[in-house]
Amino acid sequence: MDWLNAIVQGTLLGGLYALFAAGLSLIFGVMRLVNIAHGDMIILAAYLGLTVTTATGLHPLLALVLVVPTMGVIGYVLQRGLLNQTLGDDLLPPLLVTFGLSVIIQNGLLEVYSADPQKMDAGALETASVAVGGLNLGVLPVLTFAVAVAVIWGLQWTFYHTALGRAFRAVSDNQDIAQLMGLNRRHIFGVAMALALGVTAIAGILLGIRTSFDPSIGGGRLIFGFEAVIIGGLGNLWGTLVGGVILGVAQTVGAKIDPGWQILSGHLAFLLILAIRPNGLFPRIS
Amino acid sequence: MPEPILQLHGLDAHYGDFQALYGVDMKVMEGEVLAIIGSNGAGKTTLMRSITGLLSNGPAQIKYRGVDISAQRADEIAVQGLAMVPEGRQLFPSLSVRENLMIGAQVGRKGPWDLDAVYKLFPILEERKDQQSTSLSGGQQQMVAIGRALMANPDLILFDEISLGLAPIIIKDIYEALPGIIGEGMSAIIVEQDISKALSVSSRVYCLQEGRVSLEGASDTVSREDISRAYFGIE
Ligand SMILES: Nc1ncnc2c1ncn2[C@@H]1O[C@H](COP(=O)(O)OP(=O)(O)OP(=O)(O)O)[C@@H](O)[C@H]1O
Ligand SMILES: [Mg+2]
Repeated sequence: MDWLNAIVQGTLLGGLYALFAAGLSLIFGVMRLVNIAHGDMIILAAYLGLTVTTATGLHPLLALVLVVPTMGVIGYVLQRGLLNQTLGDDLLPPLLVTFGLSVIIQNGLLEVYSADPQKMDAGALETASVAVGGLNLGVLPVLTFAVAVAVIWGLQWTFYHTALGRAFRAVSDNQDIAQLMGLNRRHIFGVAMALALGVTAIAGILLGIRTSFDPSIGGGRLIFGFEAVIIGGLGNLWGTLVGGVILGVAQTVGAKIDPGWQILSGHLAFLLILAIRPNGLFPRIS
Repeated sequence: MPEPILQLHGLDAHYGDFQALYGVDMKVMEGEVLAIIGSNGAGKTTLMRSITGLLSNGPAQIKYRGVDISAQRADEIAVQGLAMVPEGRQLFPSLSVRENLMIGAQVGRKGPWDLDAVYKLFPILEERKDQQSTSLSGGQQQMVAIGRALMANPDLILFDEISLGLAPIIIKDIYEALPGIIGEGMSAIIVEQDISKALSVSSRVYCLQEGRVSLEGASDTVSREDISRAYFGIE
């Protein structure tokens, strides 16, 4: 039962990792941009949530109504104002610029919020649990997993059933020809980044309810997100969810064997899968 | 007296240090079909890329309906009714046949062309509408590329070597469909290696040689000798 419990808890944790990863996967899929600042953006969203909840007294989940659009606007402006200028045949400039952004966001957060760990207060939600077949499941992890599935389903639907998604795929396939269809790639990229940071906002708030956070932990979230994307295979959002789950399960099972092994066993699972399937489990982009 | 829909004045084009077009002057009249011929590497595709805004141009080198479009982006030019069937088809591999056609309509221009009209022109595309575009034969892919451009209801349509790599029978089919496509007041530029094909569908012809216009004339009066001189540069 203990092992089953570890696997179930790991699966639910995987939902959070999938949320970390979905934004990364989306922008890589659309514009081949690897966003080194992604983890710091998750933490930025958590702090924005903190500010909103302390200023208005709103429940953190209700704060999403403000934080998601705010992050979306930040994403669009950032893409149009800065990141579009770095995109081209060379992969290095966007890496360097987003690395710089990562440093700037971390230091900005330190300046404004200090290095003290913070947490959002979600009241009873944090401790509520339901008993399912002898297992005790936290309502928050279950909710997080459900949100992850809903977000990925929503992104997938947007990608394959809307004009916007068609534009994303067209621009990703061939930027020049997409321009000939009247699509301004700079705008499309801006919208993709807005969407990605909207998802990031959800991830950041759920993270900030679940655990305490400080300005320095973005890098770790970036790694988990990366690993989930790579395990699942580039360009496949459902794969990203599977990647998150594998990572989560590896971590909880590792922690069950020895509490010190949690993070390490996640990385080992990642390396193992890379060794067997260098392109991840379900790649759509080679 | 018809107005020119497109006018080029001393158009230059560069790839880095390499100059691919030198002072090209050209005009396309309203409703006219213009042919452009020239050997491999003469600069035909470069010319198409310049006109559509995919290559950046010098100021005042391209006028569309009397307006200087040299500094506009490709998507801004596209919504004004300039569409292209690019060399090598260049369909979107992650879009289905139907989606490839639909995205052509993204510019939101009204006109006779919609999905039904394209399916009527190329019935096979309706049968294949849910397939990935890459799973089609070369000829069918070319139909999608043509349909995609038509979906924009363009006023001026550019065809860059639509017969390249296709079987002669398919080429014949496509060229037989052309008059029906270009009718209805549309203007067209047809880039074609097959000189007699080019002459038969056009009213005027330009020949490019090493980035320069080497011949310009009416398609029905231009002589074979003039063409081979302009084409190969043989004196
Ligand atoms: N992306 C590029 N970078 C550098 N040079 C290029 C590029 N594309 C074309 N060129 C050069 O520009 C010249 C004109 O090429 P272009 O493709 O316009 O010729 P073309 O007339 O369309 O030839 P083809 O009949 O083979 O299609 C050629 O010398 C070619 O090598
Ligand atoms: Mg060419």
